[in-house]
Amino acid sequence: MSDTSAAVGRPVLRREGADKVTGRARYTDDLVVAGAWYGRTIRSRIPRGRIRSITYDPAFDWAQVVVVTAQDIPGDNVVQLIRDDQPALAAGDIRHREEPILLIAAPDRDTLAAAERAIRIEYDALEPVFDLSLATETYSTIEISKGDVDAALRGADDVVERTFKVGLQEQLYIEPQGAIAIPEEGGRIKVIGSLQCPYYVHRALKRALALNDEQAVVIQAETGGGFGGKEEYPSIVAIHAALLACKAGRPVRLIYDRHEDLAATTKRHPGVIRHRTGVRRDGTLVAQDIEILLDGGAYCTLTPVVLSRAAIHAAGPYACPNVRIRARAVATNTPPNGAFRGFGAPQALFAAELMVEHVAERLGVPSLDLRKKWMLRIGDTTATGQTLTESVSAEMVIDAALKAAPSAHLSNVPTVRHGRGLSLVFHGSGFTGSGEKKLGGKIAIEALTGGTFTILTASTEIGQGTKTIFTQIAADGLGVPIERVTVAPQDTSLVPDSGPTVASRTAMIVGGLIHEAAAELRERLAKSPKPTLPLRVDKSYVQPDTIHWDDQTYRGDAYPVYAWACTIVDVAVDMLTGEVRVTDLVSAVDCGKAIHPVMAEGQIEGGMLQAVGWATIEEIKMKDGGYQNDRLATYLIPTALDAPRIRTILVENPYSGGPFGAKGIGELPMDGPAPAIIAAIHDATGVWLDEVPATPEKVLAACASS
Amino acid sequence: MRFVLNGNGVSLDVSGSRRLLDVLREDLRLTGTKEGCGEGECGACSVLIDGEVVNSCLVAVGQIDGCSVVTVEGLALPGGKLSPLQQAFIERGAAQCGICTPGMLLAAHALLEQNPRPSEDEVRVGLAGNLCRCTGYTKIFDAVLACRR
Amino acid sequence: MPEVTYLQPRDVADAVRLCRDTPDAKPLAGGTDLMVMLHAGTVRPRAVVNLWSLSELKGIRHVDGALEIGAAEPYTGIIGSALVGEHCPALVAASRTIGAAQIQNRGTLGGNLANASPAGDTLPVLLAADAVVVTDRRAIPVADFFWGYRKTALGPGELIVAVRFPAAARGVRFRKVGTRAAQAISKVVVAVSREPARVALGSVAEVPLRARSAEAALRRGDVEGAVAALASDIRPIDDVRSTAEYRMTVAQNVLRDLLDASPRR
Repeated sequence: MSDTSAAVGRPVLRREGADKVTGRARYTDDLVVAGAWYGRTIRSRIPRGRIRSITYDPAFDWAQVVVVTAQDIPGDNVVQLIRDDQPALAAGDIRHREEPILLIAAPDRDTLAAAERAIRIEYDALEPVFDLSLATETYSTIEISKGDVDAALRGADDVVERTFKVGLQEQLYIEPQGAIAIPEEGGRIKVIGSLQCPYYVHRALKRALALNDEQAVVIQAETGGGFGGKEEYPSIVAIHAALLACKAGRPVRLIYDRHEDLAATTKRHPGVIRHRTGVRRDGTLVAQDIEILLDGGAYCTLTPVVLSRAAIHAAGPYACPNVRIRARAVATNTPPNGAFRGFGAPQALFAAELMVEHVAERLGVPSLDLRKKWMLRIGDTTATGQTLTESVSAEMVIDAALKAAPSAHLSNVPTVRHGRGLSLVFHGSGFTGSGEKKLGGKIAIEALTGGTFTILTASTEIGQGTKTIFTQIAADGLGVPIERVTVAPQDTSLVPDSGPTVASRTAMIVGGLIHEAAAELRERLAKSPKPTLPLRVDKSYVQPDTIHWDDQTYRGDAYPVYAWACTIVDVAVDMLTGEVRVTDLVSAVDCGKAIHPVMAEGQIEGGMLQAVGWATIEEIKMKDGGYQNDRLATYLIPTALDAPRIRTILVENPYSGGPFGAKGIGELPMDGPAPAIIAAIHDATGVWLDEVPATPEKVLAACASS
Repeated sequence: MRFVLNGNGVSLDVSGSRRLLDVLREDLRLTGTKEGCGEGECGACSVLIDGEVVNSCLVAVGQIDGCSVVTVEGLALPGGKLSPLQQAFIERGAAQCGICTPGMLLAAHALLEQNPRPSEDEVRVGLAGNLCRCTGYTKIFDAVLACRR
Repeated sequence: MPEVTYLQPRDVADAVRLCRDTPDAKPLAGGTDLMVMLHAGTVRPRAVVNLWSLSELKGIRHVDGALEIGAAEPYTGIIGSALVGEHCPALVAASRTIGAAQIQNRGTLGGNLANASPAGDTLPVLLAADAVVVTDRRAIPVADFFWGYRKTALGPGELIVAVRFPAAARGVRFRKVGTRAAQAISKVVVAVSREPARVALGSVAEVPLRARSAEAALRRGDVEGAVAALASDIRPIDDVRSTAEYRMTVAQNVLRDLLDASPRR
């Protein structure tokens, strides 16, 4: 049925929804590949040292299987990312538990398991470094300066100092990591996998397998969740699968089980953040002196970019004339940390928002009053000296959230106390500074015969609605019903590199390109009476010349625009057990324009519950450099019974540089709930916990000692 | 062993100790049922056995001899039309990445069969064995509540 | 996993014979524990003996005034049973805290007992209710059933057929403290009754146990004494889920709360 009304802003049906509710959607492990063997990664059992020996039990028939070591790598033994420090397979040095050492492929799982049991690896252990304060290797340092912080602190009426700790978190996509590598003629290797960024994987395959652009083909299968956990990690899975497939001369399926996924893959960067905030007696904010220390784990991965995001958001959504942010990320002998929704900002904003609470407590004023006094407004400058010229919504979201908040709970049980907390956060849309310019993301739209159109993009659908919103944007740009627009598969041999599906950039940046291309294609079709089909329009990102950023001084326009959220959370704290239950959660969010309101709400609700988990029950305990919480029975995320009804108020304050006014929304929901929960716990109990997760053990201990 | 699968009689000659999950996915090529953890914690492998929702990663296939099994592939109405529950999941945004969706649909289906007018809290209890990481559950509750009779 | 022979006994006697005579055979009921271990390779039996379909092991009934629950009766049946709700409501409460619908449809008391996990949610209720483990050859009071960490009084090939509650245990109150509201292994689980004085806990020692000194104080009517005595009865540890200190404090807090005479929430 054809509908001529505009698609953008309407909750059209999810493009691949029917496949998902019928079981027709094919995720990586659902794919049947004839003749495929099963692969497995053999990993280090020690956190630091050298491989002394690898012994293959002669009683096992090694002719049945294929074994790949670092020596078999045709290209560079490197997982291509930012720094070339992470090997695809350890050749001698071991820097973390679970570090991949060798790979096995076998025709069936029993033989695979038997082969694994027949390998013995001996190590010479070295003293590992786990303590952040003892780390000797630095991945990245960033300093952001504005005004004169030292002078401002000296002149302040009051200085509040506080240190915060933020913990590891696992992305916990319900579909584990996996890839299938298929060797083809001409040295071609096709990898189908669960991933967010086909071209990241493409580059990594080329480097490690010594392939050219055409020989490496990466295809994204339907992907069961990513949240950043499938931004860079899939390159490792793909390289491993490809190495096995090449040596075996046949397809290899490398699908992680949950235990391996929990034990070996990247997590959110944990760290310590210290604030010194100077104010005048009347509450005016005069100085913010902030130190951030993040634990990158054993290899660099994306740590410098995570640190960057953290640093840029560290001062919170507030206007302050004197700011100094000194951020450092260091190495420890723990599994490398990596991308996870928010990417440094949740950590930084956790600290920034709680500082408002602590300063308010010192001054004896409501923290909401301080927020309204300090919040960024049009014309204010951020910590990096960016003047905000449009789409600044701090006040709008605060007002909307307050209006929607339920009346406060009254406890009818003496051992349960109720409390409420509020937070205000912002999140930059798109890559930082000159990031989008460097990416130069590309898309194309083709007009085909039959009046249909196809969008060619490497941006992936991972549940957030990419395929649907792109068709909405394109359909409206073209002036056609949405049914006439399709999205080509995310196959690097078919589609251009639109940049990675991360950083809250897909709707605003890539969607923006799609809108431009659609409008241009519409014009060209209108002008030519009998166009030669297919007719293709390509678009490549061009940074608006209004955006100025200096990578050296870390000053200027860090992001084209920010999205905003105000979150109010109610908790019930059981004083007998320290358990914290979130009973109500409401957030007012400005994302400029909700291309698809239901999907936008879905991003907000899902992201917020992930943040609730991070703040309460998602604890990872370390033992000798490995995660003790390495099964789903021990790494716990909220169930339906733990989740409150989450209410979302969409506020639209359009951005002139986004398609239909849209900004990014993917990560912002991760930023608000954690500090609001800590504030709510304080409201309920009178105690401050300056860390997440605020487990019942910590809550009870804090209540006991107060 | 013999059992009814999505309304059709099936006869299989496999080792009874194999997981029902693997037999469904590999032998019967029904990949709608997913493996999320292999420990009975996530519910992505949920199927119905004689109308009750269970984790198929915990069922030895020998144990379903003589039983009636329903997977996500058996939820649509005759002719392939989506059931009201499936339709509601799409319309209300209860499915994002979709990996938990088959299991979630079966748990919701079993819940509604046993309790056609559940309260929101009863929906929570009925779905507590199905983890979702994408949605925050609110829209899943909405979709199930929309299908109350 | 390498092929594990699947055996289907005709009845309980046949099941006992198979378990006794088949080398390295394990009984399989709902599979909520065994199937996880099989898949992970933490147990590698040569055979499994399916008990799930044996009707003699299912059902809930009165036998000479005692409540009897079949060893392979799933928790869903227990939760929905008016008999259990009348005779031992704490068992219904405990069953509701186990896993979620999928696990409750397959998990069983027989399994909970045979695995003898110190964190088994129903086990403190069984201890507090003076339940009796009925096997194919004898009846074992549950207080004598747990011999050590995951070790029971069961002999080779001996199968649990039912759990019997000789006396009504309506006064048993129960609370489980876990990390989240469903699908959680307990950090502390407590079942108490005042009359007779019973204080039973899980997850605070290597076995589910009765806190004897706490019970002695409770018999004297000394609630605070019972709470204090708990410290010498239990030996909680630090583990992935929680800490010894937390478990001790919470066990005491929960005990006091459950014994509190004021109206329940």
